[in-house]
Amino acid sequence: MNFVNQLAEKGTAIIPMPLQIKAAHVLYKAKTKLGIYKEFPEFVEAPIPDVSTLAIEDVDVSNPFLYRQDRWESYFKRLRDECPVHYQKNSAFGPFWSVTRYDDILFVDKNHKLFSSEPFIVIGKAPDELAVEMFIAMDPPKHDVQRAAVQGAVAPKNLKEMEGLIRERTRDVLDKLPLNRPFNWVEDVSIELTSRMLATLLDFPYENRRKLVYWSDLAGGGTESTGGLNDSDELFRGMVDMSRHFSRLWYDKKARAATGERAGFDLITLLQSNDETRDLINRPLEFLGNLALLIVGGNDTTRNSMTGGVFALNRFPDEFTKLKNDPSLITNMVSEIIRWQTPLAHMRRVATQDVELNGQVIKKGDKVVMWYASGNRDERAIDQPEQFIIDRKNARNHLSFGFGVHRCMGNRLAELQLRILWEELLARFDRIDVIGEPEYVQSNFVRGYSKMIVKLTAKPTEA
Amino acid sequence: MGSITFIEHDGAEHAVEIETGKSLMQIAMNNGVPGIDADCGGEAACGTCHVIVDGDWIAATGKAGDEELQMLDMTPDRAPTSRLACQIIATDAMDGLVARLPEFQM
Ligand code: HEM
Ligand code: FES
Repeated sequence: MNFVNQLAEKGTAIIPMPLQIKAAHVLYKAKTKLGIYKEFPEFVEAPIPDVSTLAIEDVDVSNPFLYRQDRWESYFKRLRDECPVHYQKNSAFGPFWSVTRYDDILFVDKNHKLFSSEPFIVIGKAPDELAVEMFIAMDPPKHDVQRAAVQGAVAPKNLKEMEGLIRERTRDVLDKLPLNRPFNWVEDVSIELTSRMLATLLDFPYENRRKLVYWSDLAGGGTESTGGLNDSDELFRGMVDMSRHFSRLWYDKKARAATGERAGFDLITLLQSNDETRDLINRPLEFLGNLALLIVGGNDTTRNSMTGGVFALNRFPDEFTKLKNDPSLITNMVSEIIRWQTPLAHMRRVATQDVELNGQVIKKGDKVVMWYASGNRDERAIDQPEQFIIDRKNARNHLSFGFGVHRCMGNRLAELQLRILWEELLARFDRIDVIGEPEYVQSNFVRGYSKMIVKLTAKPTEA
Repeated sequence: MGSITFIEHDGAEHAVEIETGKSLMQIAMNNGVPGIDADCGGEAACGTCHVIVDGDWIAATGKAGDEELQMLDMTPDRAPTSRLACQIIATDAMDGLVARLPEFQM
């Protein structure tokens, strides 16, 4: 390593994390003022035309309102049928390739040597100054080392330990829900449960758990990165606050461990008891990146599966009857919910060399977007893909968790949390009715709900 | 014609008939052997068909290839003779083979 690098590393170790992010924010603002960064335009919602009225090259699936306006299925179907590997050259996020069929997505996801995850995995960009080190946006071998360090926290063995706590906290939430009276499911169930799960995972101060949700919403919702609503200033402020809390948490855990407190099975304890990561706090960007990745990864994905499952069973009421008659279908249904919802619409790669894919030549350096949402509706791979079928055969064969070395690390935790939710719901409620239409998030990445009104009816008490 | 035995983590044994040319993953799925998820359907891309080949049988199955190792490396229950069952194609020479299933698939 050369001298400058060494100095830079030392620097990042000495300067406290929040200050580093503050400094980055100042730099970012200065660059924007100087015109080095263009101010990214806000998205204004306009009705999206019927896809059949467009020339194929004008189809732009990066529109952040595609899901909200329920146009996504027809747009992606046209691409899958007519132009499965599609080039859009003037989107708001610059030119990009869309990969829309199941098999092609699998090919891209598997071949990390041809398709790099660096520098970032959503369609747009994050401010350079905020490029904290997240292994989801690293290629092997660096990715592998970092993932190995944190994987244990959500590995099935550890989840067995956590299951009781997750169930207890789920019950607590469900027992407090109103009966026969409409309420917002997103706020009172999905967000609340997800924040509890994340707080459990990190052993984060329980009363501050909503902060975890706030931070990860910020990180995942940038206008420039995914067409969302958040601006960069708010993002920077949020990250300063997050780094402050996370470093405090680290030192607090360390102090508690020193007093002989029984070791937990949370992520921080795990990192502190592993030789490789014992001193992670001295590598602040990596530290922050790993923690942020876990809360971002586990936040709106799980939340929107919790809302999406209820919504799907309302759209397909026969399936709810089927479920009540045979609760052993829950495990299979959880996979079907995750496929049907596809909480993350895409992951992005960059071609490392010219690659031919389904008749198109993708050039080295081109952006390649794998649309999981489209692959999960691909008639070539999935029978009646638009239908929600809780006893679907091979329900696990979906793309929602991705494939290859970046395959979702939290997949078992997500499945566990959803299974517990449905077991506890079925034990309590006879009907879970969605009232009116849900409201959708503005994004081309997160496929989610900002609001969904639900009314619960208790199970008749058995005589 | 011969048989392969899958042993679950709790010791339950499943002897199944060899179907030459098929992968061990397919054979296990066809016979309803629990403990294999095969989420990617045999593409060495999910790591959920992990088995640990017993004793000297690794000579008959061969060692894991590069692509396979990438996925196996992420598995906490990784052992020296770990393989992805979808990457082992059954032959008659595997008569008597024993493959152990890990406690969890990743
Ligand atoms: C239904 C819920 C979830 C869905 C749909 C989901 C989806 C995904 C997807 C699509 C990827 C990228 C895969 C690829 O590039 O091939 C991913 C990666 C990841 N997810 Fe999830 N996720 C979910 C829940 C969670 C949870 C609960 C956590 C943790 C608490 C989590 C943590 C991660 C991490 C750390 C990565 C990066 C893995 C790597 O790069 O090696 N996810 N997830
Ligand atoms: S079935 Fe996915 S790796 Fe074997």
